[in-house]
Amino acid sequence: MRRVAIVGAAMTKFGEDWERGFRDLIAEAGVKAIDDANMSGKEIDAIYGGTMAAGRLIGQEHITALIADYMGLNPIPATRVEAACASGGVALRTGYLAVGSGLHDIVVVGGVEKMTDVPVGDAAVALGGAGDQEWELFMGATFPALYAFIARRHMHEFGTTEEQMAMVAVKNHSNASKNPYAHFQNVISVRDVMKSKKVASPLKLYDCSPITDGAAALILAPLEKARKYTDTPIEIIASSQASDTLALHHRKSLTTLNATVEAARKAYNMAGVKPNDIDVCEVHDCFTIAEIIAYEDLGFVKKGKGGRAIEDGETALDGRIPVNTSGGLKGCGHPVGATGVKQAVEITWQLRGEAKSRQVKGAEIGLTHNVGGSGATCVVSIMRRAD
Amino acid sequence: MSPANLGLPLTWRRIPERYGLIGSECENCKTNYFPVRKMCPKCRRKGKMREVKFSGKGKVYSYTVIYSPPTGFELDAPYAMGIIELAEGPKLTAQIVDSDPKDVKIGTPVEMIFRKIQEDGYEGLIHYGFKFKVVR
Repeated sequence: MRRVAIVGAAMTKFGEDWERGFRDLIAEAGVKAIDDANMSGKEIDAIYGGTMAAGRLIGQEHITALIADYMGLNPIPATRVEAACASGGVALRTGYLAVGSGLHDIVVVGGVEKMTDVPVGDAAVALGGAGDQEWELFMGATFPALYAFIARRHMHEFGTTEEQMAMVAVKNHSNASKNPYAHFQNVISVRDVMKSKKVASPLKLYDCSPITDGAAALILAPLEKARKYTDTPIEIIASSQASDTLALHHRKSLTTLNATVEAARKAYNMAGVKPNDIDVCEVHDCFTIAEIIAYEDLGFVKKGKGGRAIEDGETALDGRIPVNTSGGLKGCGHPVGATGVKQAVEITWQLRGEAKSRQVKGAEIGLTHNVGGSGATCVVSIMRRAD
Repeated sequence: MSPANLGLPLTWRRIPERYGLIGSECENCKTNYFPVRKMCPKCRRKGKMREVKFSGKGKVYSYTVIYSPPTGFELDAPYAMGIIELAEGPKLTAQIVDSDPKDVKIGTPVEMIFRKIQEDGYEGLIHYGFKFKVVR
C-alpha cells in the first residue's frame, strides 16, 4: 500500500435547502474541493460517491454517472458506494484503497443526500431501509425506536440517564453554533431537550439528528505527490471497516456496537496509535445515545462510563478528547450519504488548524467514526497532519 | 401500499414464520434462529438446519413506546414495541399490545398473539403476523 493523503476538502452549508437539488449540492462540494486542492480537474482519475437512498428520495439511481457529468469529469470512472448511513465513510475507504493500491493517483470522494424533496414520512421510510425491512420496520419499528432499545438497555445496565443523553445534544448544538456550515446555529439547554416532543421513549425530538440536505467532498492523492497540491497534507494513517447483523435484535448485546469495536481495534493497530493519542474526533451521533456508546466502543472510556464522560465535560471542545467539533450529526445535520465524508472534512480542517472558533489547539491526530443502520456497518478512519 | 413496498410474493413466503413462529435449529450446534435461516452462521457448511416451531413464550429484553409512528401505523400510536427474547433463545422485534404500556419493563413475561400488522391501503392486502402481550 502507498501512503495516502487528503489534499482537498469542502462541503456545502448543511440544512433544509429548498432552493437547490442533488445536482447543485454535489457539484458545489466537488468543485470547491478541487479548488481547495489547487487543481484544474484534469488531474482526477476516478470518483467514488456515497449516497444511501437517492432512488427513494429523488427517484434517481445511477447517481455517480450524474455526478461525473455535472462536475464535468467525463469520461473517468464513477462508482456509487452504498452502506446506509455509512455510505460516505465506505466511499472514503474505497477511495483510499484505490489510491493506496496504486491503481489511481487522484481520486474524488463525494457524499451527498437530498432529503427534503419528499415528505418527512417518505424520508423516514427510505431511512428504514438501513435496518431489517422485513423483521424490524415492517412490524412498526422506526429508526428512533431501534436506538431507543439501545438506550433503554444502556440505562438498565449502566444507570445512564436521560439527562446525560440530553447533554450530548446540548454540547453538539453548542459546537454547531460555531460552525457556519452546520444545519443548526442555535444553542439549547438540557431542559429544552427534556421537554421536547417524545419520539420513541426514552428518546425525544432533540435526541435525534435531523433530516438534512448536503454534500461533502475530498480529494485524495498519494502522500509523495501531495505537496504539489497543498502545504498541509492530511495523511490517512488507517481506514478500517467491520460488519454486524442487519437486525439489532440478533445481537448478543445492545449496549455495544461490535462493528465499532472491531473497526476501531483494526484502525488503531494499522495506525500504531492508541485511543489516548486521538486529539479530536467525529463520531456517529445519529441519536444522543449513539455518541455515548461510541465513547466506550472507541476506547475513550470504559464500558458503561460514557454517560459520566459527557456529564464531566470530557468530550467538550475544551475537554480531554473533543468529540464532534462540527456539531456532529445532531447539530451539523445528517444528509445520510454525505455524513461520513463531512466527518473527514471537519477533521481535515481541524488538523490544518482552519476550524476557527471551534479549533482544537495543536490537534495532530484525528479520528472519524461512521455507522450504518443500527450498527451493521462501521468505518473508522484515522488521520494525521503530515509535516 | 405498505410503507416498505413489501409485495405479495414476499408476504406469501413469510406466512409460516409470521403466523406460526416457525424458525430454525442447527442440529450441529443446537442454536435456535428466528426467522428461518438456510445456513447456520456459526457452523456454516458443517451445520444442519431443521425447522422448529417456537412456543411463543418469552420476556421483554428492551422496549420503547413509539409516539412518532411510521406511515401506516398512525392509528396505533402511541404503541409499545419490544425486543422479545423467546424462551427458546432467539430474539425478535414486535409490538406489545392488549397491555398497559406501564407494565412493559425489561424482564416482563410476554406471549405471542396473532394480529393484523398493517394493510396496503383500503382495498389492498392485509398483512397479519405476531404481536405480544404481557402475561399476568
